[in-house]
Amino acid sequence: MNRRAGWQAVGRCWVWFWFTLAESAVGTVVVVAVLLLPTGLGFRLMPRAAMALRRLSDRARGWCHDWSGVAVSQPAPLPTDPALSARSRGRAILADEGFWRDLRWATLTPLLGGLLLSVPGCLIGYGAFGVLVQPLIWQALGDGNWYAFIPVVDTVTAIAAVLLGLGFIASGVWCAPAVLGLHARWNGRLLAAPRSVELARRVEQLADSRAEALDAQAAELRRIERDLHDGAQARLVALGMTVDNATRVLESDPDTARRLLRQVRETSMCALADLRDLVHGIHPPVLADRGLGDAVRSVALDSPLDITVDVRLPGRLPLPVESAAYFAVNELLTNATKHAGARTVAVTLAHNGHALRVTARDDGRGGADPTRGTGLRGVERRLAAFDGTLALHSPLGGPTTATLEIPCALSSPKTSSSSGTDWSAP
Amino acid sequence: MRVVLAEDLFLLRDGLVRTLTEHGFDVVAAVDNGEALLHALLHQQPDVAVVDIRLRPKFTDEGLQAALEARRRRPRLPVLVLSQYVEQLYANELLAGGEGAVGYLLKDRITDTEQFVDAVRRVASGGTVMDPLVIAKLLTRSDARGLISDLTPRERDVLELMAEGRSNAGIANSLHFSESAVTKHTARIFAKLRITPSDDDNRRVLAVLAYLKR
Repeated sequence: MNRRAGWQAVGRCWVWFWFTLAESAVGTVVVVAVLLLPTGLGFRLMPRAAMALRRLSDRARGWCHDWSGVAVSQPAPLPTDPALSARSRGRAILADEGFWRDLRWATLTPLLGGLLLSVPGCLIGYGAFGVLVQPLIWQALGDGNWYAFIPVVDTVTAIAAVLLGLGFIASGVWCAPAVLGLHARWNGRLLAAPRSVELARRVEQLADSRAEALDAQAAELRRIERDLHDGAQARLVALGMTVDNATRVLESDPDTARRLLRQVRETSMCALADLRDLVHGIHPPVLADRGLGDAVRSVALDSPLDITVDVRLPGRLPLPVESAAYFAVNELLTNATKHAGARTVAVTLAHNGHALRVTARDDGRGGADPTRGTGLRGVERRLAAFDGTLALHSPLGGPTTATLEIPCALSSPKTSSSSGTDWSAP
Repeated sequence: MRVVLAEDLFLLRDGLVRTLTEHGFDVVAAVDNGEALLHALLHQQPDVAVVDIRLRPKFTDEGLQAALEARRRRPRLPVLVLSQYVEQLYANELLAGGEGAVGYLLKDRITDTEQFVDAVRRVASGGTVMDPLVIAKLLTRSDARGLISDLTPRERDVLELMAEGRSNAGIANSLHFSESAVTKHTARIFAKLRITPSDDDNRRVLAVLAYLKR
């Protein structure tokens, strides 16, 4: 732990300590408003107080995440439709689970949380007293002057007090990040959205990604139908017609018949080529044969770029994941070629026991933006069906690093090598 | 000439047996799965094997795996691999030993019997045969990387046929050149690409392929 992070945590504990005072003040106003409800005045006061409390709890959620990395899910927004009457707004707020969570938080955290947060500050303050003040005052105070367990009566004990004070300051700085983290975890637990809200959100997200997956599938089927119709199917019809013509002139004009039959062979080759391309677009045979690693290697071999592929997958992935990852990598490499003007790309495939992670880093000019262009957006949609994510880091001037993650299990591991929970690739 | 044949589709297997027999080959084994293929390759002492990549029981790349395994145990065992599609990765694996006596062709090429039988014979005699589609992909890539920008269109055509494994006579035949003209072209290509020329046909193919794969 470096010293800077320690002092930063001390400052944050300090800020949050004062914040708990605001928290308890607003919490008290809310409680008063609730108690005043029977008089009618409460209905005027309560929505504002609840909103103020929500602003504070939102700030606390932000700090939990930004300062300690504790992600806290957001509750549903407070029901504060201004079109409603004050009375029905108040009732809606009383029925809101998130409101009661905020109130519980505002009641429980100020005292305990405040005490906890004050620990680093107190240690440092008392330490500073020992270091800065004791050397100046011990002579004036004489007997009965104690610093912690040291009776400060002469130079030796004064120096001991200074050293002890330094120790207090160091321990205050040392414990501040832990205190901040503990406090954030506790706040996070109190502030997290009710389980019902989390579940409702998950259902919504699943419904969205399912609809997108079905759309994508339907579009894919339409494309296959069109390709077959315009390609192989049309060629087979032409083939039948040519054979028919050849049969008719077989006796009378053998030369023409021979020419037509040669044409038949060419058409059948074209039909085969069409089908081959189509199959490759649906599910590349090398992916079925060898899995993701070799399929990506095969893409690399066909690409004009210098692509290094580092495969650290001890087994096969679920087939749908392999397919989604393959097409995603393809899209990323196409982008690197077409838009980034890259010359080399390094692709890494790894699995950490829970998820597949693919990283593609190119030396192109950067500036890739998933909101523009359909390619990256399509990749995101495709990955969403697996709860997968695409993270893109592409500053102007490059380089671009794309990282995609898909939660999945590895099947049929070949060996037990490279196990463990760490990413087996840098 | 003794041939081991592996093909999972009965109709195609039957057709291939008939074609090869008609052209004077002796088909000593015609199998449909990887295990039987490996056994036949190691114990039937064939002069050449014609192998479909996709075989029973899993219909993935059993044929290729069996062929590679057999060549590990019996180096320079001539194998012509057939497939419904071509994959640079598989071509590289077949070429990896750098010893020739391999071929990799699209199944479509069977329809031109003369060419197909010629390819089987070339592989049997230690030559290297690559499908035009493999070479076309390699050339497109080399083009994009600026590896062959110095060549004239004619020289490109000659390079393409060299990479497919044709001899000078074969190249002269398909481009309607004289053989001496082909010799001149190949000399110029080797000079431009700085490849060491070789009189040995097989070594020449491997050198050209190695250049294109850079």
